[in-house]
Amino acid sequence: MVTRGFIGRQPASKDAHRLPPGQHVVNSFPVLSAGPVPRLATTDWQFVLKLGPRVLKAWDWAAFNRLPQTTITTDIHCVTAWSKFDTSWEGVTVDDILADAGLAAPTEFALAHSYDGYSTNVPTADLINSKAMVALKYNGQPLSPDHGGPARLLVPHLYFWKSAKWVSGLQFTDRDHAGFWELRGYHMYGDPWREQRYTND
Amino acid sequence: MTSARPDRDAVTDHIEWQNATILCIVERTRTIRSFFLQLSRPFGFTAGQHVDLRLTAEDGYAAMRSYSIASSPTSSGIIELAIERLPDGEVSTFFHDVARVGDEIELRGPLGGHFLWPAHTTQPILMIGAGSGLVPLMSMIRQRSSSSRPVPTALLLSSRTWSEVLFRDELLAAERDGSGLSVALALTRDETTRSGDFARHVDGAMIADVLRRLPAVPSHVFLCGSNAFVNVATDGALDAGLSSATIKTERYGG
Repeated sequence: MVTRGFIGRQPASKDAHRLPPGQHVVNSFPVLSAGPVPRLATTDWQFVLKLGPRVLKAWDWAAFNRLPQTTITTDIHCVTAWSKFDTSWEGVTVDDILADAGLAAPTEFALAHSYDGYSTNVPTADLINSKAMVALKYNGQPLSPDHGGPARLLVPHLYFWKSAKWVSGLQFTDRDHAGFWELRGYHMYGDPWREQRYTND
Repeated sequence: MTSARPDRDAVTDHIEWQNATILCIVERTRTIRSFFLQLSRPFGFTAGQHVDLRLTAEDGYAAMRSYSIASSPTSSGIIELAIERLPDGEVSTFFHDVARVGDEIELRGPLGGHFLWPAHTTQPILMIGAGSGLVPLMSMIRQRSSSSRPVPTALLLSSRTWSEVLFRDELLAAERDGSGLSVALALTRDETTRSGDFARHVDGAMIADVLRRLPAVPSHVFLCGSNAFVNVATDGALDAGLSSATIKTERYGG
């Protein structure tokens, strides 16, 4: 339906193809989260890889920082309709995490868990083959607590709630378990290009 | 954040877009207007939920934004959105400068399954908001007012000035009705005229003071405003001894 009198602020034509439907470009970096920012020191931090309830491997902050560090520049898309172009991240790809554990991805599904009790589900295929990382830096600087520091998951091709802030680990699961927002009305997969914002979109 | 299971009623099947008609527009403050929308397909909701609005230009370009519902769920078929005009806003400037009564607006809702009024609690509730961050809290206060046994509730509301306090007269009237709502205003650029209000930015000491106005430790804490405001309020609430598991936040700017 055309809205009477609405013109809007169209993206520059050179950027139009980078903007998923219903999104608009921001230059700021909005912060959204469902609760308090956890008070978390790197000395207390660890990252745990699990298969179901079983721990496969765990890294403390120093050990995790010794893993191969990868830098990527990518566009990100929040379900609240903002997109930010050319964000720069540095961290450890899920491939390198698995390699350090001496494992191939053991199941088709995974849940990312966070220090604040948050969780989100991502199919394993969307985490491997350089599609996702655990990011430790943004724009060359240690990731700030507001943006998920010390470490957040980064799955930039899905809506940004999948990129769990304050990530504490990845748990591989036999089936696709809904995470925090997925239990509260948001889409199980969250592809911005198919506008999968809410349940069954 | 809580890891408790969500309210089952809040999770629904696919939610369709619908057209709503602007029934009336009310100036609330210098920068905030309420838009009353008649839904073509009425829905029930829980206070704290939002709708997505979609504006579409002649050439097909569409802009989408989320707005919290200000009205009480007890009103049927008509929802109130209180929209602040942001100088650079793409959608808010349309509502303030172009939209008029009778216009049709595309929307979908209700959305959001976390920042929800706990209708069945018997424990006190603390709310802290700033500016238009009051909107989802106002829906909660209105839902609370229509309850047969309203729980003790304290609202700490930050605003630049007395004249910019959104829903001020309604809030002060609700405080006077004897149902156990306590309202404390934090005016950042104005003097206070009421005892119990504050003439400064929200801080931890202020939150501790407001907490003492409740008969017991709140079981639910709702914070809504800019990210910077919510961080200050969250720190104050945690320093006052509240558990992070009881605190739900909604931050805007995105």
